[in-house]
Amino acid sequence: MSKRKPYTRELPSDWWMKQLFYTKYMIREGSSVFITLYSLILAWGVLRLSQGEVAFNGWMASLQNPLMIILHLIALALALYHTITWFSLAPKAVDLWIKGKRLDDKVIISGHYATFIIATILCLLIITL
Amino acid sequence: MSENKEKTYIRSHEPVFWGLFGAGGMLTAFLTPVMILITGLLIPLGIIDKGNFNYQTLHNFATTWFGAAVILVLVALPLWHTLHRIFHALHDLGVKRGRDWQMVFCYGFAFAVSVFVFTLLLQMF
Amino acid sequence: MSKPVETGQIIDIDILRYRPEEDKKPFTQTFEVPYTEDMSILEALQHIKDHLDSTISFRWSCRMAICGSCGLMVNGVPKLGCKAFLRDYYPKKISLEPLANFPIERDLVVVMDDFIKKLEEIKPYIIPEKTGDKKCLSEGPHKQTPEQMAKYKQFSMCINCGLCYAACPQYGLDNKFTGPAALALLARYNRDSRDFGEAQRMKIVNQEEGVWGCTFVGYCSVVCPKGVDPAAAIQLLKVESSKDYLIGMFKPE
Ligand code: SF4
Ligand code: FES
Repeated sequence: MSKRKPYTRELPSDWWMKQLFYTKYMIREGSSVFITLYSLILAWGVLRLSQGEVAFNGWMASLQNPLMIILHLIALALALYHTITWFSLAPKAVDLWIKGKRLDDKVIISGHYATFIIATILCLLIITL
Repeated sequence: MSENKEKTYIRSHEPVFWGLFGAGGMLTAFLTPVMILITGLLIPLGIIDKGNFNYQTLHNFATTWFGAAVILVLVALPLWHTLHRIFHALHDLGVKRGRDWQMVFCYGFAFAVSVFVFTLLLQMF
Repeated sequence: MSKPVETGQIIDIDILRYRPEEDKKPFTQTFEVPYTEDMSILEALQHIKDHLDSTISFRWSCRMAICGSCGLMVNGVPKLGCKAFLRDYYPKKISLEPLANFPIERDLVVVMDDFIKKLEEIKPYIIPEKTGDKKCLSEGPHKQTPEQMAKYKQFSMCINCGLCYAACPQYGLDNKFTGPAALALLARYNRDSRDFGEAQRMKIVNQEEGVWGCTFVGYCSVVCPKGVDPAAAIQLLKVESSKDYLIGMFKPE
């Protein structure tokens, strides 16, 4: 008779806390919670915008609340983390071949960062000018 | 697989959500940091002047087709990215019960907010 | 073979043991192994088996990172025992466990059946243009340019060690997922200019259990000892699957 009795280990639900790589993955995924909140704040802003100047200025004033500032600071940090991880993984979905060679990952990543910097500066200019 | 019968394969509809997730993720990666910086920190803290981020300019912008489209995309598209991630993160965290309802809730939420913003923008015209 | 210099240094190795005929569940046993700089984890295991406890079980064959049989968890990270060295851990303790996400057969030996089944399921062979349309030997070989080969070469380097499955939480959460190595192998055949099986294999790719079980954790590519980059293979297949989805909307079967 067979003595086989394979033992199956369950993946614990805190698997993502036991290894730094997985923890970073969860932070990446978790960044979406704060980005969701930010989008909701903006959606609220659109509502206030549609209700007239007083309402809109009220919304603008509410953004000065210290709690709001802290929330935005966290959201900014996580959004930047999303940007960094997004750019670092971007080359994996690109299948560009030039003269029999795959386009170098570094080229793709630097292209993303260059665009990011230009877009950031442009946005700042559009608002302030 | 000894018999020559082909297995039946069920096509997933994930490409629809993955497409929106990718588009939203792209937008979020490039623009969300500077957006948070401007609307959430620089202006409220008075570091930069309100500039064009005032009621009149924004209202004028929102009442053009182009402006309304830009606002809709900037506000709503990231949600299709984030709720996709939240939906999958629930699975990662081992929340096994009612995956169908989790799906309805997550994508339904992104959809509802998109419609909400869309209607507001229409109203303003 | 020259005998390694005895230094008198000792390294502690914790091994997760499981003996199906007597144990209800696995337990940890610690061994003291004489440390030398050039000793691999596999050699340490062999030392244990030869000198300390002959009942311990583990798999190995080539000792040179090509057969893919010596995979295990070293301090929680999937590694090939013959490619990981004591010097990278000494003087700290090392903990060895059987590859994660697979059932344990005995000690460090895991049940690989599901992994092998997945590899077989993706039709890992060149499918000619039409069935029965085999090229006659006298017509010469199927030619391929270096460029055509470059398209799939990286994905063909897999040694089926299973480290990427041990690194994949999605496979751990739900082993219906086809998984990294099998999908990389699938991409390898789909990208081969001599192969015409793409339509058949896309059906596997397009499923929930195909590429869509992946959330791009990306650890599979980090642990792969052969630089296969299965995460990239899956990502490229997601793009292909999305194209296939669009086409499928306009011409349903
Ligand atoms: S893809 Fe890499 S890690 Fe996975 S089985 Fe193949 S060689 Fe091992
Ligand atoms: S013994 Fe062959 S890969 Fe390690």
